[in-house]
Amino acid sequence: MSTAVQSHDPHPATEPSYLVSKRGLMSWLVTVDHKRLGLMYLASVMFFFLIAGILAIALRTELFTPDQDFMSAQTYNQVFTLHGAIMVFLFIIPSVPAALGNFLLPLMLGAKDVAFPRLNLLSFYVYSVAAVFLIVAILTSGLDTGWTFYTPYSTSTGTAVITATTGVFIAGFSSILTGLNFVVTVHKMRAPGMNWNRMPLFVWAIYSTAVIQVLATPVLAITLLLLIIERSLGIGIFDPAMGGDPVLFQHFFWFYSHPAVYIMILPGFGIISEIITVHSRKHIFGYKAIALSSVAIAVISFVVWGHHLFVSGQSELAGVLFSFLTFAVGVPTAIKVFSWVATLYKGSIQYNTACWYGMAFLWTFTVGGLTGLPLSTLAIDVHLHDTYFVVAHFHYVMVGGTVVAFIGGLHHWWPKMTGKMFNETAGKIGCLLVFIGFNVTFMTQFFLGHQGMPRRYYAYLPEYQTMHQVSTIGSWILAAGLLWTLIYLVHSLFKGEKAPSNPWGGVSLEWETQSPPIEHNFHDTPHVHGSPYDFPEIDKSGGSAHH
Amino acid sequence: MLFSLLIAPAAAEAALPPSNPGTPPMSDSPWSLLPAASANAEALDSLYIFFWILCGIAFVGMIGVQAYFMWKYKKPAEGHAKTSPLTHNGKLEFIWSAIPTFFFVILFAWGEIEYMKQVTPPPDAMDVRVTGQKWSWTIEYPEVKGCSLTNDLYVPVGQPMRLTMTSLDVIHSFYLPAFRLKKDVVPGRYTVLWFEATKPGLYPLMCTEYCGDEHSSMVGRVHVVAQEEYDAVLAKACELKQGDTESTEDFGARVVTRGGCASCHTTDGTVKTGPSFKGLFGKTETLSDGSTVTVDENYIRESILEPNAKIVSGFSPQMPSFAGRFDDKQIAALIAYIKAQK
Repeated sequence: MSTAVQSHDPHPATEPSYLVSKRGLMSWLVTVDHKRLGLMYLASVMFFFLIAGILAIALRTELFTPDQDFMSAQTYNQVFTLHGAIMVFLFIIPSVPAALGNFLLPLMLGAKDVAFPRLNLLSFYVYSVAAVFLIVAILTSGLDTGWTFYTPYSTSTGTAVITATTGVFIAGFSSILTGLNFVVTVHKMRAPGMNWNRMPLFVWAIYSTAVIQVLATPVLAITLLLLIIERSLGIGIFDPAMGGDPVLFQHFFWFYSHPAVYIMILPGFGIISEIITVHSRKHIFGYKAIALSSVAIAVISFVVWGHHLFVSGQSELAGVLFSFLTFAVGVPTAIKVFSWVATLYKGSIQYNTACWYGMAFLWTFTVGGLTGLPLSTLAIDVHLHDTYFVVAHFHYVMVGGTVVAFIGGLHHWWPKMTGKMFNETAGKIGCLLVFIGFNVTFMTQFFLGHQGMPRRYYAYLPEYQTMHQVSTIGSWILAAGLLWTLIYLVHSLFKGEKAPSNPWGGVSLEWETQSPPIEHNFHDTPHVHGSPYDFPEIDKSGGSAHH
Repeated sequence: MLFSLLIAPAAAEAALPPSNPGTPPMSDSPWSLLPAASANAEALDSLYIFFWILCGIAFVGMIGVQAYFMWKYKKPAEGHAKTSPLTHNGKLEFIWSAIPTFFFVILFAWGEIEYMKQVTPPPDAMDVRVTGQKWSWTIEYPEVKGCSLTNDLYVPVGQPMRLTMTSLDVIHSFYLPAFRLKKDVVPGRYTVLWFEATKPGLYPLMCTEYCGDEHSSMVGRVHVVAQEEYDAVLAKACELKQGDTESTEDFGARVVTRGGCASCHTTDGTVKTGPSFKGLFGKTETLSDGSTVTVDENYIRESILEPNAKIVSGFSPQMPSFAGRFDDKQIAALIAYIKAQK
């Protein structure tokens, strides 16, 4: 064990957990406890995941035949826009950082809370207001611009662009405030003895993410503000009819939204590092390489946005530079994947549900990463750009990467968060359904894409029908797996066995406290003496040890 | 999966050149059933195959090692095995950083070289003008006076073509999958796309930048014909005059095809972005300002030349003007055609 266990715990184990230490609705609505806020975020993001998931199934079902089935063109366009916008802005971006990050960051650092607990509460309400704006936009006149809001379409369409972009604009502030809070927390709130090299990799990942959130999100805010100004005041910024430049919008938008891809995936990387070490009883392979590659990815992510504009008419020189820089992101990403696989070497791997998700992640994320290569290759991207190949690629990264890691992390820390154990067999069935359904849905789309099937078509050439049908059936399997997972997790809240404080034998600080933790996390401030991956099973007798 | 093409509404078949068998060639490339019909497509397929082999090896290698470790280092039934104290290995980490870097540089450089060829049209390329609008492509040949086609691009085999493209409304993207080429079509500026078709045939043309309701219908055809037939085929395709034995309604049907009207107006009563032609003539419509209008010859003529003058309630002003595109005889035939859709 890396941390000093308090030899004489003066506090009885019966101290109430954070869930019951205060009671009543108001105690939740005005809570400044990072754990309660984490749970509130978790409930919110799961709600939006469900909504956007239902929209996705509707889209896939419409695509079962080449012709229009049960959705009109306008409906289809609104549904794919809402699917994307809700998934990105209300689910994936806040999923790991705001839900799991909020809950775990202070626990992993040995702190009582985040640096600014009231700001944390404010972030949640800012996020809620943003969600209300998006819901109002849906209920009034919908939104049909795609989640990317490209001009001049978005400045000319009759749908609720201003309401929706205001929602995204506000959501950005929630993201910035949370990021700021986390950066300060990591710098200032680490337990005694926890130097930067002793932080769990999940903390490194959340830290890198928070830095990007603080630096990139303001650019999105500015861009959307310009869009709102153009639409409401008729000042020409992006619309060529008013003297603006539509491609300028794409530069601004992707200057945020490409780093945002790493806001979405870096926290997933952090989860995988924790899952693989704990369940294989091994020290992470290449701690520094993994930690620094997160930072490298965060830095390089700011200079690759132009790969979204290879066919937009941007200069050839810009295309070449962005292509080169995009390949540069591939190197730290490859290092991470290799390090995770190497961590399994001579481990003692315990296959429970969280570990299954970790193993599934290595498959799906590797596919997502490798299929980024042809998209970085200029000449090939010209063919694949805006086809289903891109759709498949980013779903492998966002769903196969982030969402698989998120669900894995949810299982890994579920006992800590809720104090309840879920049924492992049910968990493995869910993981298998998700893995199979996901791969059937999106592997097919790589083939559709390189055969030329464009994105965002509600009706398509009959030649593509077979593959579309396979993909649609896959999406039903995926949906079944996710629903199944929701059901047994909720079931465990009421009928699950009581969780011990450390069900998997983790040695990072969150496992030192009881499950669920007490309101102030630890009875006494923990002291850290070593690595968060120093498991008792590691054979220290051999002469081959490096350290 | 044959690209037995496509879409093609029945009316377009009249425009097929006699030399064309009606189906595009099957691909001779093992990785795709999509035909490779330009010099660029053939060059790109080699690069693409290289990528798949490279990634195939990387993926199988990585997942193979993972699967082996997963099997080999499974936890024993009772308790835990002692695990390795290994924390890092500088040499190994250097190797697995260097090898991907090496292949990334190859992919980058190869892609860059091919891309430069894609964006540099040769000086002897033949010019074509392309205009994107919601939701059709207008193709114009500067060398054939007054020739304006909709959704049909004719090119001679072996002749470099240079497309100068712009948009009348929002951003579209001109995509020729069989040529492995696309380029955004942006309002307020020109973008250029060039290619040299290598195989006669009929290939799809699609919009790949989301542009609104009928984005999915913004699909056209590329007719690649032999050099010696090209002039005659193009002249025939460009001609839009009533034939001696052709009825006015039949001629009107050809005008409808040429105008790309079907992407918004159906003839079976289905309402898309514009009203259906079925039963339209003689109807009394309520306009967006509350007044009413009877759909007669004058209203149809005005709607073609000044589409946004009187918008029927429930529709939005989306239609481009056809003033200058259609002459009086063509408009008269179009009206006759709409009249016949009872």
